[in-house]
Amino acid sequence: MNFGFTEEQELLRGEARKFLDQHAPIANVRKWVETPEGFSRELWAQMAELGWTGLLVPEEHGGVGLDLVTLLVVLEETGRTLCPSPLISNSLAARAIALCGSPLQQARWLPELAQGTKIGTLAHLEVGDGLGVDHVRLEARETDGGLRLDGAKCAVADAPAADLFVVSYRAPGGAIGLGLVERGAAGVEVESFEALDPSKSIGALRLDGVVLGSDAVLASADAGETLEALLEIGAALVTAEGVGAAEGALAITVQFANEREQFGKPIGTYQGVKHPLAEMFVDIESIKSLAYYAAWALDEGADDASVAVSRAKAYASCALPKLGIDCVQLHGGVGYTWEYDIQLYLKRTKWLRPSFGDADYHYERLAALGDA
Amino acid sequence: MDFQLSPKEEAFRDEVRSFLDENLLPEGERADDFVGTWFQKIREKRWVGFSWPREVGGGGGSIMEQVILKDEMAQRKAPPLGSCFMGLAWVGPAIIQYGTDEQKQRFVPEILDGTYHWCTGYSEPDSGSDLASLKCRCEREGDEYVINGQKIWTSIAMWSKWMILLVRTQTAVLTKHDGITCLLVPMDTKGIDVRPIRNMSGGAMFAEVFFDDVRVPVENRLGEEGQGWQVTISALASERSSIAEVHGLIRRIAEIGDLARRKVKNGRPAIEAPSIRRRILEAETQIEAMRLNGMRFLTKQLKGEPLGSETSVNKLLRAKLEVDLGELALEILGSDAAVRKGEGTLDGGRWQDLSLNWPDVVIGGGTPNIQKNIIAERILGLPKD
Ligand SMILES: Cc1cc2nc3c(=O)[nH]c(=O)nc-3n(C[C@H](O)[C@H](O)[C@H](O)COP(=O)(O)OP(=O)(O)OC[C@H]3O[C@@H](n4cnc5c(N)ncnc54)[C@H](O)[C@@H]3O)c2cc1C
Repeated sequence: MNFGFTEEQELLRGEARKFLDQHAPIANVRKWVETPEGFSRELWAQMAELGWTGLLVPEEHGGVGLDLVTLLVVLEETGRTLCPSPLISNSLAARAIALCGSPLQQARWLPELAQGTKIGTLAHLEVGDGLGVDHVRLEARETDGGLRLDGAKCAVADAPAADLFVVSYRAPGGAIGLGLVERGAAGVEVESFEALDPSKSIGALRLDGVVLGSDAVLASADAGETLEALLEIGAALVTAEGVGAAEGALAITVQFANEREQFGKPIGTYQGVKHPLAEMFVDIESIKSLAYYAAWALDEGADDASVAVSRAKAYASCALPKLGIDCVQLHGGVGYTWEYDIQLYLKRTKWLRPSFGDADYHYERLAALGDA
Repeated sequence: MDFQLSPKEEAFRDEVRSFLDENLLPEGERADDFVGTWFQKIREKRWVGFSWPREVGGGGGSIMEQVILKDEMAQRKAPPLGSCFMGLAWVGPAIIQYGTDEQKQRFVPEILDGTYHWCTGYSEPDSGSDLASLKCRCEREGDEYVINGQKIWTSIAMWSKWMILLVRTQTAVLTKHDGITCLLVPMDTKGIDVRPIRNMSGGAMFAEVFFDDVRVPVENRLGEEGQGWQVTISALASERSSIAEVHGLIRRIAEIGDLARRKVKNGRPAIEAPSIRRRILEAETQIEAMRLNGMRFLTKQLKGEPLGSETSVNKLLRAKLEVDLGELALEILGSDAAVRKGEGTLDGGRWQDLSLNWPDVVIGGGTPNIQKNIIAERILGLPKD
């Protein structure tokens, strides 16, 4: 029995932390988020060299061939410093192709995604905000040369920088399909929005008569299960990144509470300050436990993997936004300033809430899974 | 990560399972002396005091085996692993660590056999959370200690034969933790007066205990004079990973789910109300977090790292759940919850009782505020208040 990380994973955590402290301190993060793409291509290339971008990709396709638990370790660290990058989106796109791409599609895309020379993302949500697989409305119609897509995908994470979109749609006959849409292809338009969390980027994908040739259709049969699996992996990964961010926010606030004095004492002496911080610690430990288990269960294909993911994301979606608010509140006036970093963390917790399903979505899903 | 048991651990689990299959009869089929026989059998297997060294009569079980044993027992709703609750939880461990050979030989077998009950005389009217400020006076006269003072909240004092008692033998001390001495006191000693206290639920499980010139032989001292604080603290620390408590909560939330299916409220089963469903699922999620936290703490222990203040995490989660589950059950019961006992009261009024019993856990085990102080000061490194 060992509900902990392997030595290699602990080493990786140490290396990741050192690397990020050195190359991606929050001062740099602040600069990067002001750029149009919202992240540093240079850092991304370094992350690729470290193997992070190809962590999940099988070795025969140029990746490292490791599991979600290992990726989670990296994401906790990137979360801690709010390091902006399309790591989660890219990992999901690669996982989609690894799960149901043909050998040709895998050979075509996986090495570049693994090396970070192409950036992938999942484009799934549509108007109506239905995350569940059943909510896919975008229809693919038979046409000369393949399937024709007309419509839009919203809230597409990392759209502004993505080269490749894994798009969910309804195939003729009603089955769920997944297709590969390249930036720059005929009829493809990518819009960038200002994200609530500046260290994340978001946009929309408009499809106007985009034709998916056979080389762009990921699975011939129903891809509903794959899509469901991708949404679960996404939920587990954003939770890991979110809990890392929460740890960062707690550390910043603890330090502030030790340094800031009022009424002749550090404010951390007062229970009105120290008790909310202790409650944050309880939530962080609990989310870690739930998220670690969820990642393990997904890796192992355990029976309770779906339940485990929804529990982790539901708990995190409730607790972390509150944590973000409390951290700002405990800073007093400076917490409200643009200059102090804690506000960036608050924004991350707000970004996390809907990402891959909020508490409402996951609790209802748990209810449905329980009845089944 | 790996949740597999080793072959040896698996063999032990199978042994526990087959013992349970054989000896844990369904409730309807149990003989009158079922519980007595049960205790005798688990004693023979050395499962009482399973973590204690074999030379004092314990089982010498490894940490993982202890968890397996508790886990299997809790899942099957078996009776407890021994009847002398406080003796097994902290009096025994304190005697094993600090007792003289005579004390070990005298008390440990009786704790294991559950010959009688022990009670714990720590809290005083003016010393609760701030236990080390205790004042119960004690002076040495020749070969005897003479005790004058009062204890309070002493659980099961009225049914106990012995008490583990903290007294103050020295008042001129540098810190309040010094000058405290631990004594083992027979409850039938002259000068002890036990007065039960009724709690809000109506029962009387704890008492005030008054000491009026109570004389105890010096050989009843546990540890050195003035060392009482260390004696108690290290023994309380032997309470650990909360694995068994989690099973109780898992069962309770399942029963509350079942209640919500049976109880009709606003013309439909309560479970069909999304707000009720959400609260049940939130509680389930918190219980699962507690279970998994416990597994992470256990992993630490298995790696040989001592468990520190992080156990306060699960104490806080549990305290919250004890209150929340009581309230949730009453919310499900709707206006039936206004009746404590009456015709048609669901489950014999169990949920109403439960909603009045949470202080057993929430106050009795150290209050949430104190747990939060522990986390904030010892883990996060904030200044002491
Ligand atoms: C069911 C039950 C069984 C018990 N059994 C036993 C027993 O067998 N033996 C025994 O010795 N004792 C026993 N106790 C006593 C128990 O340990 C104490 O009740 C507990 O430690 C709290 O002490 P108190 O009641 O004096 O409350 P207080 O310490 O006076 O606390 C009152 C309130 O003030 C808060 N508070 C206190 N100090 C602080 C602080 N520094 N910061 C913030 N808040 C603070 C507390 O959280 C609490 O909310 C039992 C109690 C109960 C309820």
